[in-house]
Amino acid sequence: MSKDRLTISLSPHTYSGFSIEKMMYGVVIALLPALAAGIYVFGFSALLITLVAVVSCVACEFLIQKYLLKVPVRALDGSAIITGMLLAFNLPSNLPLWIVVVGGIVAIGIGKMSFGGLGNNPFNPALVARVFLLISFPVQMTSWPKPFAVDGVTAATPLGILKEGVGAGTRVAALMPEMPSYMELFLGKMGGCIGEVSACALLIGFVYLLWRKVITWHIPAAMVGTVFAFTGILWLADPVKYADPVFHILTGGVMLGAIFMATDYVTSPMTKKGMVIYGVLIGVLTVLIRTFGAYPEGVSFAILIMNAFVPLINRFCKPHRFGE
Amino acid sequence: MTKRTKTFPQGGIHPKDTKLSADRPIEQAALPETAAIFLSQHIGAPAKPVVQAGDKVKAGQVIAESAGFISTHIHSSVSGTVLKFDTVMDHSGYKKSAVLIKVEGDEWLEGIDRSPEIKTEITATPDEIRQKVQQAGIVGLGGATFPSHVKLGVPDGKTAEFLLINGVECEPYLTSDHCLMLERGQEMLTGVRIALKAIGINKAMIGIEENKPDAIAHLSDLTKDDPQIEVVPLKVWYPQGGERQLVKALVNREIPPPPKGLPIDVGCVVLNVATCFAIYEAVQKSKPLVERVVTVTGKAVKRPSNFLARIGTPLAQLVEAAGGLPEGTGKIVSGGPMMGKSLPTLDVPITKGTGGIVLFPAAESKRKETVECIRCGKCVSVCPLGLEPYLMMTLADKDLLERAEQERITSCCECACCVFICPSNRPLLDHIRLGKTKVLNLMRARQKT
Repeated sequence: MSKDRLTISLSPHTYSGFSIEKMMYGVVIALLPALAAGIYVFGFSALLITLVAVVSCVACEFLIQKYLLKVPVRALDGSAIITGMLLAFNLPSNLPLWIVVVGGIVAIGIGKMSFGGLGNNPFNPALVARVFLLISFPVQMTSWPKPFAVDGVTAATPLGILKEGVGAGTRVAALMPEMPSYMELFLGKMGGCIGEVSACALLIGFVYLLWRKVITWHIPAAMVGTVFAFTGILWLADPVKYADPVFHILTGGVMLGAIFMATDYVTSPMTKKGMVIYGVLIGVLTVLIRTFGAYPEGVSFAILIMNAFVPLINRFCKPHRFGE
Repeated sequence: MTKRTKTFPQGGIHPKDTKLSADRPIEQAALPETAAIFLSQHIGAPAKPVVQAGDKVKAGQVIAESAGFISTHIHSSVSGTVLKFDTVMDHSGYKKSAVLIKVEGDEWLEGIDRSPEIKTEITATPDEIRQKVQQAGIVGLGGATFPSHVKLGVPDGKTAEFLLINGVECEPYLTSDHCLMLERGQEMLTGVRIALKAIGINKAMIGIEENKPDAIAHLSDLTKDDPQIEVVPLKVWYPQGGERQLVKALVNREIPPPPKGLPIDVGCVVLNVATCFAIYEAVQKSKPLVERVVTVTGKAVKRPSNFLARIGTPLAQLVEAAGGLPEGTGKIVSGGPMMGKSLPTLDVPITKGTGGIVLFPAAESKRKETVECIRCGKCVSVCPLGLEPYLMMTLADKDLLERAEQERITSCCECACCVFICPSNRPLLDHIRLGKTKVLNLMRARQKT
């Protein structure tokens, strides 16, 4: 009898087998359809940018953990890979590679590790880097390659066309002939960032995440639903000035943001109620920035602003306490 | 069935069943050489011993008397000579006072009916029932060991509407209640009718999880002509065997939070199936609670078994009867894997609250490395009481006890769903238990001043 080797510990004595790695690599798998769509639409450069972003994120995390913080290295737990992929998905495919590396360093170094690493960062690291790059390199960050085009040909994004056209006083209906059809928008034939163009591919990833129980429907549904409802109200009130709601949810970063960025565990609320409020407010801010702000697209800013409110939401959105 | 089976709506998990001993019949365990019987096997005041070293006792004889309303008698489970009073390690790992009895033969106290005949006619009055139940030393056999006679009387100002019978057995591995429902169904149902009579109501529901279809079918068949008792199949969902979850699942009412809230506050009385069987034996056969069904199981156990064993039998003897301690056993758990306690030795006697022991191989015994919380919120989503385990752990760590009290740390039932699901392997419940104890002390100190 191996009496001396008995383990004494408090309950439970059995576990689900969930782990950070399983969840994170689940997200990586869910991102692959969108990556494939990005490569299909923008070519090999989309893959190259994604690889550079992932490698710079993972390398940056490795170096900081090993040499700066001197803590156990967990750079391959999957979270840095996700940050790299999401950063790349938020970049145009013709961006110079050194800017991508800068983005990776900002994402991991400033966005994540400076707060203590995984679990402690208040803001989504990939979005911190994207906004940093957008402000630092506005020209490179807003020149979008034309889909299925040879190198060097650029085109405006649908939201860019909308913003400029409406700003110049053109009717929305008159701008529509310049735009891709809804089916093209759904499949991803438009100018934009690498990972955001194909709503179809992103939705496949969403279904996978729901099936694997990595995320719940609350944040994506609340956010996309709010964008749809809010732009729908504006469109019904004045179709001359405002685009229709289907156009709004299929363009820009709404799908990518709702499914993969706003649902980031670390920077989103803990309760279902909180998640719905968070999703709704991101939707409202997105539409406000798109239609009344200076930028044609507002998903990144909306999510970052709401990240700041997450502790407050957690403080006030409690689950239903049993028996009360 | 087209209707969705019932369960409780908030939180919960589905651990793997692993009911290895489900098809094993109940076997009579051999008598121990020495029985160690604890003086306190119930919640409430410990019983006062009425025998001395050297006394001859018979099986079923009272050896310690109830010390108040919330207390019960303790009986000798064997016949023989009282050796001494000593302290013996119990399932909590602490040494507790016990009576050690050297077993000689198997002589029972007169008046105890041990024949297999089933007596279904109930002649005792409600008062007689409560008295018999208290004298038989019956406590909640689901594990909480609350004296049952207290539950059979409705306190002033409260009304009972439903008697809810817990046949859920939601812990993985354990099968003692399952076997009892299959093999002692008629007796158990008579116990339910006795309890109904004592409480003075006529509606009982037996909740059984769907992973025991044979028990559901058997009891439904036995109760098809009895409008008083309804068998309700429940979805397999842990911790449905918890009182609060069972009441919610069966009658959709929420018991107010502890320490004050009880099932009777929402018109319910909850009894475990094994308790009902014990009530039957006490009232119909005058037999006190001196034996119970104990599951001995584990993946490496040669013959996972269900034993009918005398209280005070050492676990080592039951493990031996199940094929011996498997090579490479790394953990011995008394109770189920979700809420059971790990033991340092098999030299622990079974008590009224012992439903089973599970032996885990070394590979499944160690905890995994804890990493940083990633704030995924899974612990919040699985908590059946609507608490936020991640937050309570932090508050307990930082000794922010008043804040922890506001966050309802005292509502925690320690079901361990949060630890089960946590992807970072965080020991949430260890910290919550500590915080809960501190908060309860704080509340008691406040009450005094």
